[in-house]
Amino acid sequence: MFESKSGIFLIAGLGFFALSFVVMAVLPWMIYYKEPEQTVAMMAQKGMVPEFADLAERYPEQFKKHFGEVNYKTYAEALQLGHDVYVAEACWHCHSQFVRPVSNEDLRWGPVSHALEYQNTLQRPVLFGTRRVGPDLIREAARRPNDWHVAHFYNPLSVQPTSVMPAYSWFLDEQGYPNKKGMAIITYIQSLGSWLREYPYFEGDGPLGPAAHPEQPYGGKPVPKQVVNAPTEGSRQS
Amino acid sequence: MTALNVSMSPPASSAVRPVDGLVDRKLALWHLVASLVFLGVALLAGFSFSLQFLQKYPFPGIELLSPGRWRLVHTNGVAYGFLANAFLGCLYWAVPRLTGQPVYSRALSWFIFWAWQAIVGVTAVGLILGHAQALEWGETPTYVDPVAFLGLILVAVNFLTPIFRAKGPMYVTLWYFIAAFVWTPLVYAMGNFLAQYLVGGAAGGAIGGLFIHDLVGLFVTPLGWGLMYYFVPIILKKPMWSHGLSLVGFWGLAFFYPLTGIHHFLYSPIPLFLQHGAVITTIAIEFVVTTVIINFFGTLAGRGDALRTSLPIRWFYTGMVFYFTTCLQCSFQTTLTFQRLIHFTDWVVGHAHLVMFGVFGFWLLGSILYLFPRLIGAKAYYSDALNSWHYWLSALGTLIMFTDLLVAGVVQGNLWRNLAPWEESLIASMPFWLIRSVSGTMIIVGNFMFFWNLYKTWQMTVASRQTQPAMPGTSPMPA
Repeated sequence: MFESKSGIFLIAGLGFFALSFVVMAVLPWMIYYKEPEQTVAMMAQKGMVPEFADLAERYPEQFKKHFGEVNYKTYAEALQLGHDVYVAEACWHCHSQFVRPVSNEDLRWGPVSHALEYQNTLQRPVLFGTRRVGPDLIREAARRPNDWHVAHFYNPLSVQPTSVMPAYSWFLDEQGYPNKKGMAIITYIQSLGSWLREYPYFEGDGPLGPAAHPEQPYGGKPVPKQVVNAPTEGSRQS
Repeated sequence: MTALNVSMSPPASSAVRPVDGLVDRKLALWHLVASLVFLGVALLAGFSFSLQFLQKYPFPGIELLSPGRWRLVHTNGVAYGFLANAFLGCLYWAVPRLTGQPVYSRALSWFIFWAWQAIVGVTAVGLILGHAQALEWGETPTYVDPVAFLGLILVAVNFLTPIFRAKGPMYVTLWYFIAAFVWTPLVYAMGNFLAQYLVGGAAGGAIGGLFIHDLVGLFVTPLGWGLMYYFVPIILKKPMWSHGLSLVGFWGLAFFYPLTGIHHFLYSPIPLFLQHGAVITTIAIEFVVTTVIINFFGTLAGRGDALRTSLPIRWFYTGMVFYFTTCLQCSFQTTLTFQRLIHFTDWVVGHAHLVMFGVFGFWLLGSILYLFPRLIGAKAYYSDALNSWHYWLSALGTLIMFTDLLVAGVVQGNLWRNLAPWEESLIASMPFWLIRSVSGTMIIVGNFMFFWNLYKTWQMTVASRQTQPAMPGTSPMPA
């Protein structure tokens, strides 16, 4: 069996793979599959970030051209396109999207990430990220004004002299106004974390993460009991 | 430098088995050449991306040369261009010789060759155009995924046929190959289709982690070890030290390796009991790996001179030392204690480079070094010195890069934990990133020396063939 073709093909090849698939993929799937996965339209309906309307105010001509009016439909469109740009430019290779319960991350970014925050189609495949060259972005909503983002995409060094982020001048049109891609990605980034009851969180200022909010609601809803959460104990340890 | 010459002795089996007609040398050669072309592209892509960390942007404002997109070309070029092609080239050499059977179909093999280059080429272009998929190491555009999946099935059919046709007991290498041919298409489908179309959120993250890990553990690792079990005894002209340990190594890997995927997302919103499980199996792998390493060093015992006299053996065993290092590192970094500090830092980047280049890259470069003269019928390399430079620049470059990124990771992790302003971690990282670019340059220079050497060797062989045409079947290189 251990050295036969069928043994290796069936047991090691198919069997062990199936075992790992059940344990490592089906099991977490079973835990979350009852939680409805929100579509972009549903997310947009739940609440529009004011920054989207702010873009329309600041760049009325361009906004009209790219998105038309400020409504939930165009907001959803901007979220989806912003997400697609975020993926295409591989932003997620240098920016993570989850706050861990360790290393004082809740003090730096805000509340620790909850599994339900990722039950939407903009997190398929999930954008946890693998490396933080730049800061985490899952609590980025409203931390910085739209103007800052426009300047930052045009030339990151102009607002952050130590930044290593390249310029994304193709997010801007000839006059230096954000184009459709630019408006979309700014909207997307400004939406990250906007589903929390309170935001934004600033380092060393304002609401200081889960210790200040022990109930840690998810968008105002209590966390269902049956959901196995990421570890929260020891979040104050470093 | 003559002492560094590649061992040119025939494998023990060539006397008893007429293998020469079984191996399509041209096909194997073309796969190896394609792998080196993609290696060159991936190396340059990596270098240009690394300049970003020094605030140097060679192509500012050019969308198609954005560092972020070329980072994708770097990783995918290594995985699907370099590693996959080099493995295929070596498989076309090893499988017919181990089974005494030709591959399923020569026409299919050539079809696979061209299809695979098209897949990698379209992937690279797609990534540069911004069609990436948000799956680490599976960024291949979604329209490439089904084609690549079919390609992997064809590869499996092409190689499993001779393996299943062969009579008698199977050698260790073929255990690994069978498993790899079953696993690779399954892994590819799981990551690229499930995480994209069916399972989102944290559960999808678990699948993504499993995919990243399985791509290394169930595609690259079994093929790599299979080749080591093939080439090392042939070049050393002695059998493996222990058959029992070979069994432990294979079955241990097969059982534990797939069970570790979630260790890529520790402290994430994925359920903690699954994270704990992944940590335990990851540590278990270290014990399995130790048995394999003991087996290979037991085989080397008494033939240590081969490290000096045979350059392929030196590549192989350097890779094995790196393999042990990286697995040992893994069993520590996978613990929740280490994860607090090093997750998201350059520590992990250092680990990835040591695994992909320092281990599997080294094994494949050693294999290419061994196979190339045999495939083109060359008597010797154009320059042994260039081969030696290739080895030393690559080995030192990898070692420096690994150490540098490891330390950088600890520095970054501590600055983050201590709530230093984010800019501090960038300022502190700059010197490390400079050393990374320099060590990367060493690797690039070394490899382009190798490419040049291969080109000159080929030129030399063609020239000598024109002056004195070789009789068919009297190739100076034994098959």
